[in-house]
Amino acid sequence: MTHVLTTGLVPSGPTRRGARRVLPGFGLTLGISLLFVALIILLPLSGLAFQMAQLGFPDYLNIILSERTLAAFSVTISAAALATVFNATFGLLLAWVLVRYEFPGKRLLDALVDLPFALPTAVAGIALVALYDKSGWMGMLLEGMGLKVAYTWWGIALAMIFTSVPFGVRTVQPVMESLSPDMEEAARTLGARDLQIFRHVGFPQLWPSFITGASLAFARSLGEFGAVIFIAGNMPFETEIASLLIMIRLEEYDYPAASAIAGTILGLALVILILANIAQGRAARHLNGGK
Amino acid sequence: MALNIQDVTKFYGSNKVLDQVNLTMQKGEFIALLGPSGSGKTTLLRIIAGLQFADGGLLSFDGEDITGTEARLRRFGMVFQSYALFEHMTVAENVAFGLKMRPRATRPARAEIGSRVQALLEMGEIGQLADRYPSQLSGGQRQRVALARALAIEPRLLLLDEPFSALDTKVRKGLRGALRDLQKRVGIGAILVTHDQEEAFEIADRIAIMADGRIEQFDKPENILKAPATPFVAEFLEGLGAWQNAGAGI
Repeated sequence: MTHVLTTGLVPSGPTRRGARRVLPGFGLTLGISLLFVALIILLPLSGLAFQMAQLGFPDYLNIILSERTLAAFSVTISAAALATVFNATFGLLLAWVLVRYEFPGKRLLDALVDLPFALPTAVAGIALVALYDKSGWMGMLLEGMGLKVAYTWWGIALAMIFTSVPFGVRTVQPVMESLSPDMEEAARTLGARDLQIFRHVGFPQLWPSFITGASLAFARSLGEFGAVIFIAGNMPFETEIASLLIMIRLEEYDYPAASAIAGTILGLALVILILANIAQGRAARHLNGGK
Repeated sequence: MALNIQDVTKFYGSNKVLDQVNLTMQKGEFIALLGPSGSGKTTLLRIIAGLQFADGGLLSFDGEDITGTEARLRRFGMVFQSYALFEHMTVAENVAFGLKMRPRATRPARAEIGSRVQALLEMGEIGQLADRYPSQLSGGQRQRVALARALAIEPRLLLLDEPFSALDTKVRKGLRGALRDLQKRVGIGAILVTHDQEEAFEIADRIAIMADGRIEQFDKPENILKAPATPFVAEFLEGLGAWQNAGAGI
């Protein structure tokens, strides 16, 4: 037997499980993180799953495939899709302006982007109604042109756009800031025009963060409640969003139906986020030094 | 003459980084801009490339005034210090980039682009790397890709911004020779920016030694060694004795 002198500070030989870690505190930090994830995210979701589990599959289909639910899904998803397309595009533009140019009021504009996060969504909804109602001045203006926004599908999309603006900007902005000008300059010396540089050199590098921003905006829009209900009009089959239908079912004490609709929306959001994650991983494979 | 630089002046704010620089370059010549950091050599190269514009003076190429011509129309191939490879494209796509970006009228057919890219890669001895991504390459390989990409546009002039500075000594020596051979074979003029005396003296036909935004001396390496024009040049070249004694003659 050889006698090994240990100090007690340095683990002697290989640690109990797997490879030796250099950073200390892995067990503790992971443990606490998992505890909070479980308490804050998983526990409420399991409550939802529990409610859903009380439904048989035929009942679930009955609820989901009822005309009113389908109409609500269709309104919600289509408006969220428009809001996402708008915010992804507009977010890219806004991030571009904030990153690439210096102008007076730039910091104010930068701070303004976060406002939809800070503002209670109900306040946003009421403000939008005040503005787009036929007595509001945007509403009057648009009515003159024969357009109606408040209490229509367009109002829903508008409210969703308002609440998810920051996602489009804030995900792309840091990546855009970190782009080195070298690649663009190289493209320029190789004969590329501005638009070609953006399309072939700049945008591919922004693409992963662009997908992330768009998917977050979409997921958020799917579940948006406060801002939307004030401006939606809430007519069943026409301007009733899924979140409101959940609320209605809850008020009728129809918990299984509410949870079926909620679970479906949640599942959709989850699928979108997972798909975005996969797409992002693929796109980022060769960026950032292949890591 | 190929490139003519006349009284080029450039300010960064109130700071004069180039002070009435004059330089005339012959066809097919290899010129080194040599100087300590902050001497204005990179700024001069970027002005030649069209990535920055001079505040005063004239630039002409083959008699054509290019002072205000934008970079994409100059057709000067440039190798960046960081190589600036497009990380999301394969090596072959990187090299093909300049050809693919051409307007349809002058763009070669797809097959033609492919064969030209392959020829360039073979010439740079990186033919086997065509389908790799830049993140999978070594520093020396990346440099070769950057050079092949710059040559793909059939440039009228090759601009090299410290292309060896990120490489270790051994790789650097090998690539220096390869670059010089390639440049002679293609037969285009090249301007190399460097702060490495040995590199400049080994590779260039003529060297412009720069300090504080001015060209202190512009001559053949042997003449500069024989007769430094200013005390700065004499001082800057101290330590080059080893190179001289080794007889790496030009």
